[in-house]
Amino acid sequence: MDMSQYLEVFIDESREHLQTINEQLLELEKNPDDVSIVNEIFRSAHTLKGMSATMGFEDLANLTHQMENVLDAIRNGKIAVTPELLDVIFRAVDDLEAMVASISEGGDGKRDVTNVVAQLKQIEKGEAVAAPQKPAPTHEQTYDEFEYTILKQSAEQGFHSYEVTVKLRSDCLLKAARVFMIFEVIEQIGEVIKSVPTVEMLEAEQFDDQFVVTVVTKVLEDELQKRIMKVSEVEQVIIQRVNLHRSTEEEKTTETKHEQKEEQQAVEQAVEKKQEGQEEKATGKQVSNKTIRVNIERLDVLMNLFEELVIDRGRLEQISRELNNPELHETVERMSRISGDLQNIILNMRMVPVETVFNRFPRMVRQLARDLGKKINLEIIGAETELDRTVIDEIGDPLVHLLRNAIDHGIETPDVRRAKGKQEEGTVKLKAYHSGNHVFIEIEDDGAGISREKVLKKAISKGIISEQNAANLTDKQVYELIFASGFSTADKVSDISGRGVGLDVVKSTIESLGGSVSIDSEEGVGSIFSIQLPLTLSIISVMLVEIQKEKYAIPLSSIIETAIVKKEDILHAHNQKVIDFRGKVVPLLFLKDIFEVPVVKEDDDFLSVVIVRKGEKMAGLVVDAFIGQQEVVLKSLGNYLTSVFAISGATILGDGQVALIIDCNALIK
Amino acid sequence: MAELKVIVFQLKDEEYAIPVQQVRSIEKIQHITRVPRVPKYVKGVINLRGVVTPIIDLRMRFGLEEAEFSDHTRVIIVALDDVEVGLIVDAANDVVDIETEAIEPPPEVVDATTAEYINGVVKIEKRLFILLNLEKVLEKEKG
Repeated sequence: MDMSQYLEVFIDESREHLQTINEQLLELEKNPDDVSIVNEIFRSAHTLKGMSATMGFEDLANLTHQMENVLDAIRNGKIAVTPELLDVIFRAVDDLEAMVASISEGGDGKRDVTNVVAQLKQIEKGEAVAAPQKPAPTHEQTYDEFEYTILKQSAEQGFHSYEVTVKLRSDCLLKAARVFMIFEVIEQIGEVIKSVPTVEMLEAEQFDDQFVVTVVTKVLEDELQKRIMKVSEVEQVIIQRVNLHRSTEEEKTTETKHEQKEEQQAVEQAVEKKQEGQEEKATGKQVSNKTIRVNIERLDVLMNLFEELVIDRGRLEQISRELNNPELHETVERMSRISGDLQNIILNMRMVPVETVFNRFPRMVRQLARDLGKKINLEIIGAETELDRTVIDEIGDPLVHLLRNAIDHGIETPDVRRAKGKQEEGTVKLKAYHSGNHVFIEIEDDGAGISREKVLKKAISKGIISEQNAANLTDKQVYELIFASGFSTADKVSDISGRGVGLDVVKSTIESLGGSVSIDSEEGVGSIFSIQLPLTLSIISVMLVEIQKEKYAIPLSSIIETAIVKKEDILHAHNQKVIDFRGKVVPLLFLKDIFEVPVVKEDDDFLSVVIVRKGEKMAGLVVDAFIGQQEVVLKSLGNYLTSVFAISGATILGDGQVALIIDCNALIK
Repeated sequence: MAELKVIVFQLKDEEYAIPVQQVRSIEKIQHITRVPRVPKYVKGVINLRGVVTPIIDLRMRFGLEEAEFSDHTRVIIVALDDVEVGLIVDAANDVVDIETEAIEPPPEVVDATTAEYINGVVKIEKRLFILLNLEKVLEKEKG
């Protein structure tokens, strides 16, 4: 599958997480005893691990996993936070950053991390950290601004920058000659940007047996090394990529000689010439910078302003019709068309089908199934359901956690399933749909379900609840326990669903979006995790109705159909007016009474009824007239009017007036 | 000397003042959509440049008799923390600077219902301004 469409998101998010980790690590250094900071770092690292594993960047995932182990140990008080320990973690983060940077530059994100990983493992085992080992006897070079610019430009033009440490044999007689030969070799394939010691000193043999040159070239490390090794009396060549990011911070330079600068200018020209001649090797294109992240509040403002414009457009259209001036007419029409396009763009900017999140799951599920030796069929339903951008951005991680959870803990292995008389292949259903003023995302598996006893035992042993309380809990309440922080039902810690960080993160993320998550489960049959999310700013289809002089909107998703009912067809049952609707008894709700609408019109002999449903239950909402169907932007009533009965929000109609949206779920009990 | 810039508005026969920092804008009266089953003084919601904003009739909030809307009737959009509402007032008159030292505690004689919505009074020349306690005005009734 083509992952490139998620790459940008991945890079953006990874950077954010790394940023968080960095900040929190610094905090941790100040307050080494604060476990909440460790938790924060842990979560970021955990998410990063999951994301990079999904995207197939194994080195990134490995290193994060190792880091996570250490953090876990810190969290559990097994290891104390020491500056040495933080040094190692910071180095690991540096490596992670370098990998992400490499990915964003079109690279493969691979990097030799064995050193850091070994150190992390050592820490995990509780051993003292050894002094940071230098990976090789190389010096981290420093560059002045001018040199740095050249390196950066070269990198942009697809050149690699290396720091080449050349060690000559100690019995080498004509060191200057060897240096000259080496320089010549390098200049055949690239350019020397800098050397330490300086060229003059090298030519005067004023160095021991080792020197470092910075080279800009198109060839890869291996080839460069081979070529230099061909020069006789060279004992060792160590090649390291230049870390451009670090160089910026270090502005102090050892030498900034005038002639050297001139030399570099010449180099730059040469580099340019070479580029013309040489066809580009595939170095990958820059993938970042194609998206910009815009604060969602700005989009809100844009949207609101645009709605104002739409209202004025309506007025203008009316005026132009009245004046009947062809030129005005034409202009207004043109403006209408343009603003129509504009409207679509603005709306689309915020609304994204959940597909963009769901798409990455099939691959992940396949991978997981393979890793775990399970057979899993992932069914995705309702991928076209649109969600607000803010929600989409946040919902990915919780869904990953829940899916991993369902696959790891839910679905049994094929032989267990066979023994239970189930199909070998487990099914995980991922379903998204609109209902009323909410979007639901359900993750359903036909696996083992949740064991009440197991959960309770665990919760008691972890001190989450007391034994006395445990007996009184309903099944639902018991299931809720698995969302508690520090809870994990898996007997062994696996790489897949982590250590119970997942589920409490899931819960808090969803709640921060104003949603909720619930679990339904039957042991042996399966579980359903149901996420309910509000439509913060979502476009919904509504039926506009009139009740006396007031206009209300009923979400189309709740409506079954509309009907005109004769007054004499109303029946009475238990003091409740009902109608017989297609063989079913449907209670009538008179909205004008429920909403205390001021009465200005006489009753009709015919009633307009909107039949709505909530699950299996139905009700007939009696209104005065149907206006029609319309797409509207759902808006909240603000923070002052919270929880108005049976009103889920409001919308602004074409004439600029506010219409309230009826919450059918609250009307049907 | 600390100065306080206030918006002055008319309600029945009194002049009230509210710090400009709490005021977002002053609007003319426009179509209000009634919201069912809310306190009587909540007149409903309006479309304020795309934001659905609740409207409180300040006369009714203070237990005064209702008045017909006139050409002078204004809606003062106020903001307190993350709550934004509009207050219907008889007229918005003025912006004045008052000195914080000049603020006196509310006089005892003011009747009980209104007293709790008042932060103090200021007398400037011959005018008496009543400083509105927005927190109290926006406080929801318990139960």
